[in-house]
Amino acid sequence: MSDKALEIKGLKTYFNTPSGVAKAVDGVSFSINRGETFALVGESGCGKSVTSLSVIQLVPEPAGFIADGEILLNGEDIISMKEADKRRIRGNKISMIFQEPMTSLNPVFTIGSQIVEPIMLHQGKTKAEAREIAIGMLAKVGLPEPGKLFSVYPHTLSGGMMQRVMIAIALACRPDLLIADEPTTALDVTIEAQILELMKELQRELGTAIMLITHNMALVYRNAEHVAVMYAGKIVETASTKTLFRNPLHPYTIQLLRAIPEMGNRDRPLETIPGSVPPATDFPDGCRFSGRCSREMAGCAAREPRPILKADGHLVSCHLYDPEFISTQASRPLHTEGKAPEPISTPPMERSPLLDVKGLKKHYPIRKGLFKRIVGYNKAVNGIDLEIRRGSTLALVGESGSGKTTAGKAIIQLIRPTTGTVRFSGNILTDLSDTELKPYKSNTQIIFQNPYSSLNPRMMIGEIIEEGIRSLKPEIPVRERKQKVRETIERVGLTEEMLRRYPHEFSGGQRQRIGIARVLAVEPEFIVCDEAVSALDVSVQAQILNLLKSIQRDFGISYLFITHDLGVVEYIADEVAVMYGGKIVERGTVEEIFKTPKHEYTKTLLNAVPRIEKGEKEYDGESAR
Amino acid sequence: MPVILATDIIMFLLTVIFVFLALRVRSEGYLKDAWRQIKMNKLAMISLAILILYGAVALADSIRWRDPVLNDNGEAAIADNGSTIYSAEALTLLDRAFSGMRLSTEKTFSAPFAERQFVKENIEVADGTNRRDYPELKYPGAHILGTGKVGNDVFFSAMKGVRTGIIIGAGTTIISIPFAIFFGVLAGFYGGIVDDIIQYVYTTLSSIPDVLLIVAFMLLFGQSGYQGGLVNEADTILNFFVLNDRLFWLCFIMGITSWTGLCRLLRGETLKLREMEYIQAANAFGVSKSTMMLRHIVPNVTHLVLITMVLQFSGLVLAEAVLSYIGVGVGAETGSWGNMINTARMELSREPVVWWNLLAAFVFMFTLVLPANIFGDAVRDALDPRLRTK
Repeated sequence: MSDKALEIKGLKTYFNTPSGVAKAVDGVSFSINRGETFALVGESGCGKSVTSLSVIQLVPEPAGFIADGEILLNGEDIISMKEADKRRIRGNKISMIFQEPMTSLNPVFTIGSQIVEPIMLHQGKTKAEAREIAIGMLAKVGLPEPGKLFSVYPHTLSGGMMQRVMIAIALACRPDLLIADEPTTALDVTIEAQILELMKELQRELGTAIMLITHNMALVYRNAEHVAVMYAGKIVETASTKTLFRNPLHPYTIQLLRAIPEMGNRDRPLETIPGSVPPATDFPDGCRFSGRCSREMAGCAAREPRPILKADGHLVSCHLYDPEFISTQASRPLHTEGKAPEPISTPPMERSPLLDVKGLKKHYPIRKGLFKRIVGYNKAVNGIDLEIRRGSTLALVGESGSGKTTAGKAIIQLIRPTTGTVRFSGNILTDLSDTELKPYKSNTQIIFQNPYSSLNPRMMIGEIIEEGIRSLKPEIPVRERKQKVRETIERVGLTEEMLRRYPHEFSGGQRQRIGIARVLAVEPEFIVCDEAVSALDVSVQAQILNLLKSIQRDFGISYLFITHDLGVVEYIADEVAVMYGGKIVERGTVEEIFKTPKHEYTKTLLNAVPRIEKGEKEYDGESAR
Repeated sequence: MPVILATDIIMFLLTVIFVFLALRVRSEGYLKDAWRQIKMNKLAMISLAILILYGAVALADSIRWRDPVLNDNGEAAIADNGSTIYSAEALTLLDRAFSGMRLSTEKTFSAPFAERQFVKENIEVADGTNRRDYPELKYPGAHILGTGKVGNDVFFSAMKGVRTGIIIGAGTTIISIPFAIFFGVLAGFYGGIVDDIIQYVYTTLSSIPDVLLIVAFMLLFGQSGYQGGLVNEADTILNFFVLNDRLFWLCFIMGITSWTGLCRLLRGETLKLREMEYIQAANAFGVSKSTMMLRHIVPNVTHLVLITMVLQFSGLVLAEAVLSYIGVGVGAETGSWGNMINTARMELSREPVVWWNLLAAFVFMFTLVLPANIFGDAVRDALDPRLRTK
């Protein structure tokens, strides 16, 4: 038996769609050794998930099909197998865990019966034996009281516990390969660290190879031995993790790494990758990254790059490293070498306070019984004090369920707080009635997390942006209003002709821009950004963060930035408030919090964040030029 | 002298809605995009053509007037008080256009395209003796779907059923949909006491078996109503309007009993939608509650309304047949597929079987319900911007 758990050669997975053949995966080759973690990274829409579905032979039929290539599991090709044999492999030799643990478990079966199922099916154990193995697995993934948990239904568990159960199910048959598709994206950062640690531990014990699919570069750095960077259905660079992070060669990899927000690049706009991944039906000829690449050369779009071996195990598909190509005329650079981006002149933080929150509480009554008696309160926000100055950004961090979002909405009176005062430039908003509040609504606005559910799918972009002005400033005549809409959409980097299109025609990043434009149109002074960049790819996130920063500079807007991503906090915030269990446990400037955290929870939070440490370059990664 | 029935008004209303939509899709905007989408779907366009044909027949059958009675000199007869005397029969445009077919009646059954009658009779031969044979028809080969028991042309009868079918299907839907949208969205959006009251009303209403309610209502109001055929002066208001129209009462009561299902569905969907972030965004913009419902919620539940509408339409056309069968449907003199099916019951149990009445009703119903389903589906897809292809 070879030491390779999985080997993929020239895999091509295509989809028939109404607009042509989508080449989601187009000639991908890599191999994963036993007991090794192999990471596949890239923006969404690059074909990472389709690759994993191809490996487990679950490409949605009949639209999708494997056009070419080999997938060797322990040296045996699984594409040519009969369906019955494939079924024997799934969940047994290869298993998979998904992004959303909440929807991966069937709510009407007990935890136990869901773990026992694959064990009985694949290993031919009796019910009693399987039960024993299952309880052993539950103990192994670190769940308390596994015997009791066996007969419990999924809804009683938290997200982190559910993901542990998923891992227990996936590893119950001791598979050779575990595919983890964004296993921690839906989880809090402290839970994320625990889950990944658990996966490592079990890997050591069972010798399982892990294929980790993620868009989080820092996760890869911490957890994988080998990395492949995927772009538009192809692998553009592959290397050992150390090498790749010290010596990224492909411009795409480099740009991805530079787009990560952190303390070090606070004063500059983040480097972004212009545009977005092209649709799989419409990949450009030649190098697929052409058009977005900062180091594109004249001939890049004409010829497909071949993989070049730069060092042991470091393969890169880019013309820059192809001596043959570089010596031709085609290597004339299209762009002058990107100059270092202009520093953002952060506006002098005005000392005058804009918003002052005192003792804000939001309690939800818990009702029970026939007459819905109030038996207690769910104290979502339990007395917080905040102060936000003009033109500055306060980040509110904490895990899910800590009351961040409720606090944000209560501050702008989208939810009326139970008690407490919110003073906005001298006026106490909490004392006003709904009608009296209306004039203040244009001053305090909110941007939502999910760019898909925050825009009404049946309204045109123009109508969406117009809505706020129509409602809050009815005195503005139609002509001026339309003019304002056009100005706003251009301010967020979209074009006027997009006003007549519908939300579904836009990518996540563009929708978030529309969400910003909608808010900007009513000229607010204070915006709550509720996880506004959390659902976006890192390259797109960088674009949106830059936009938010430049808007702040131009209009002197204050932000309350609600997030769980500490990298974003480091990059954008002036001050940080850490929230835990409905209360603020620590407040301070970014430096204070990140350098000298005082509260225990803050320390745990900071330790859990995966970081990329910058090391020395191993060898000269310059191009062949 | 025109005669307008209550159900004619429903028909005119449908026509107005149709013309309005037809004009709207020509101008720029949301509907034009949807129309462009529908136009690409060949099947939907064929369905639409069939539906328009049905609609035209139904409309022609809704425009009716009474002719003056002629005296022996061929002039309009004048009553003693000087007013013109009109015939009690209000013939529609359709009746007049197909009067050849309407009047070409035979004695009794004849098969489609037959030259001779379906049943044997004693025929007097020239020499005075009697012979038992199939007599020749008065209009041989003219009845493409045969003739019925009293010699009426089945094709014409089926055509008269078109108006009844469309009124029952579309009219009832028009009555019930506004109830469902209004109450469903209101209940889901406000919750609390409003929700409780509305839920109480529709739960009560839907806990009474529909058929019982319809039978009771029809026995109370429907029995005395206009049932087709001759117009009784006593039934008319201002000499030309007939409110007491049995078909109208049927639509009315079926509309009242059929909104609860959709209402419940819309309430649930609204409960879901009102938590969406775009509703919260609208809230942050201080958009009024009524605008929020009209602009953000109602357009996002149209798919449910359309699906229910199409399913309901088919169901209602079929329900009319059932109700006619138990005797509370449309009157015997109103042409309807339900009545045709009802009489076909007897015809199918005789030997040899008379099958064309049932076939005619089946073919006409099928070619109305199927295109309605296909077209409704296409409209639903076209109205959803997410499903549009450029």
